[in-house]
Amino acid sequence: MIATPPPVDKRPALQRFLSNLRGAPRALRDTALRGGKPNTDRTRSTFVFGNVFLHLHPVRTHRWSLRWATTLGLGIASLASFLLTLITGVLLMFYYKPHVEVAYDSIKDIAFVVPTGNLIRNIHRWAANVMVVTVILHMARAFYTAAYRAPREFNWLIGMGLLVVTLGLSFTGYLLPWDQLAYWAITIGANIAQSPREITDALGVTESFDPGGLQKLLLLGSDQVGEEALIRFYLLHVMILPLVLLGLLSVHFWRIRKDGGLVRPKDADARLGPVRAADYPVFTEAPRKTYQLAAVVRGTSGAVGRAPENTVPSMPHLFYAELAVTMLTIAVCVALAMWSDAPLKELANPQVPENPAKAPWYFLGLQELVAYSAFMGGVGIPAIVLLGLGLIPYLDRETEGTGEWFGGRAGKRIVLQALFVGFGAALVIEYFAIRYGWLREWFPNIAQLWITFVNPGTVLTLIYAAYSMWLVKRHDSTRAGALGLFTCFLCGFVFLTVIGTHFRGPNWDFYWSPADWPGH
Amino acid sequence: MNQADPQGPSRLDPDPMPRRDFLGLASLWAAGSTLLFAAVGSLRLPKAAVLSSPSRKFKATLPENLAEGTAFVPPGRSVALFRDKQGVYAISTLCTHLGCIVKPSATGFDCPCHGSKFGPDGKVIRGPAPAALPWHKVSVDGGVCVVDEETIVPPGTKV
Ligand code: HEM
Ligand code: FES
Repeated sequence: MIATPPPVDKRPALQRFLSNLRGAPRALRDTALRGGKPNTDRTRSTFVFGNVFLHLHPVRTHRWSLRWATTLGLGIASLASFLLTLITGVLLMFYYKPHVEVAYDSIKDIAFVVPTGNLIRNIHRWAANVMVVTVILHMARAFYTAAYRAPREFNWLIGMGLLVVTLGLSFTGYLLPWDQLAYWAITIGANIAQSPREITDALGVTESFDPGGLQKLLLLGSDQVGEEALIRFYLLHVMILPLVLLGLLSVHFWRIRKDGGLVRPKDADARLGPVRAADYPVFTEAPRKTYQLAAVVRGTSGAVGRAPENTVPSMPHLFYAELAVTMLTIAVCVALAMWSDAPLKELANPQVPENPAKAPWYFLGLQELVAYSAFMGGVGIPAIVLLGLGLIPYLDRETEGTGEWFGGRAGKRIVLQALFVGFGAALVIEYFAIRYGWLREWFPNIAQLWITFVNPGTVLTLIYAAYSMWLVKRHDSTRAGALGLFTCFLCGFVFLTVIGTHFRGPNWDFYWSPADWPGH
Repeated sequence: MNQADPQGPSRLDPDPMPRRDFLGLASLWAAGSTLLFAAVGSLRLPKAAVLSSPSRKFKATLPENLAEGTAFVPPGRSVALFRDKQGVYAISTLCTHLGCIVKPSATGFDCPCHGSKFGPDGKVIRGPAPAALPWHKVSVDGGVCVVDEETIVPPGTKV
């Protein structure tokens, strides 16, 4: 607002005092909002850049970014569920005590004694699950719209960091209740960290070179899951990983703006058509002038030739959309929390393994692979997958179809085919391994290295890789291969997760349904 | 005539670095290496020098009537003790796959976690376990066995 010097008040001091007192709430609002109510284009802009929290956003947003089909709101949903875990997590810290003698009891207190404790704990658990789902879907959205291409390659890598930290947060949180589920899942997880020994043992070098043992030692602070491990997981869960996540998120959001906003097709403006009057708040008292960031942004300026018609003020268009997604996410998490309680088994017992000992569901695909080879399933294949995902933006340097779901019709056909190949291959391999067993059953004296390198997990990975190389050749396009590989990876993930969650029972045997488990 | 002095610096020589630049660079490098050393040094902290695990040596008394081939697992321990005609022996019950506790069974040992099965001597029969269950050192002192979980002995060692 333009500051005109206030007229000199000639009233007696006491009257001035009283009228100032009366005006205080209003004055407080005006000083807090720096620029007044956002009801003109100009104040809508100051509303954004005059506010430390909102100014990560652009003042104006391209209309393409606001279409639901562009993002499906998944990034904001990830952020909303993260903030929800942050708030509920801080509340849980009022009562949770990270010591083996009392950790379990403090969770029980939270669940049964603390007012709203059970609900808060449930929301925390569910929001964490929702976050994992939305982050994975958000990654898929970024992939299928080719949002990783120049200039957004680096932000894709930051995103992968976010994925890893998100999974790390879930994994470390899983131990804290110190119940049977937690104890044995973490024992298995820590031994996965140690599994490079499968290789070093086979080569006979573990005495002198033991990265696996070191990893486990660093993770647990001891050679078994105990007090040291609990403190470490607690520290990682409430301090280190959230800070890392916040750091990465800042870069992630900053880069979105520096990379020129969200990805959109070259002909986005033509496809959007003219702005409907109802979409666009008309100028009120503001001067007739186009608002454009004076910042030096690389790439072609969106305004060349067509001015910023295809942008609308972020306040209210973007913020209302973000608020809607946030409210929806919260509603879903709270509804889930009221519908189903977070699990709490018996107190951890290091002598009796939980049977079956299952990790959180999103790790059960890995657990299925681990049941063939600890090293390949727990370390080798995840490393290959992360490496492959990270390389995608640097291998696919094409520009066709950027910003377009699946890159258009041809891409859709490839994805459809890849769905068949991805699910089909996983189904055949799993059927085969469950029905006929694997190398050790046929050759009891086979060397371990054979099983490490030739097992259902590695065979499946190889099939996927070969299929996508074939796609590259067939369509003469790296993007085709990437589409195939990513789709197969998603199929494998979903398929193995379902097997691990639903079809594996005691002794990791195959059961058609948990109702068939013995002893139930 | 403006001939360069043959003894003086040639125009191809690099300019001498001004003292300010040198000091600036030197302090940058000093700061950088200090931070690096500090970071590497503090990374040593999380690796415990002494582990807080309980003593791995313990005493156990086998039941008088322990049948041959039947396991006796002392409470709170992850070792199965056996007695046959050749003597007493101890096999670890920590699965070599991912550390679950295996259960003695009719055919040897079964792991509940990912279905590894081991023979009566600890050899892997099926499943993902990469190695046999190790045998631990036992010494018999009167009627009492002392089991040392730290020491691994070749399979078949009975006392
Ligand atoms: C904690 C996890 C994450 C949060 C909170 C987050 C948040 C966001 C948000 C709010 C956006 C704006 C657009 C949208 O809503 O879709 C975005 C864009 C983007 N994200 Fe993420 N993200 C996360 C993880 C990831 C992951 C795992 C990846 C991929 C590996 C990724 C890659 C990207 C890319 C490439 C963009 C730019 C998209 C474009 O230009 O259209 N992000 N992220
Ligand atoms: S821990 Fe025994 S089979 Fe996996």
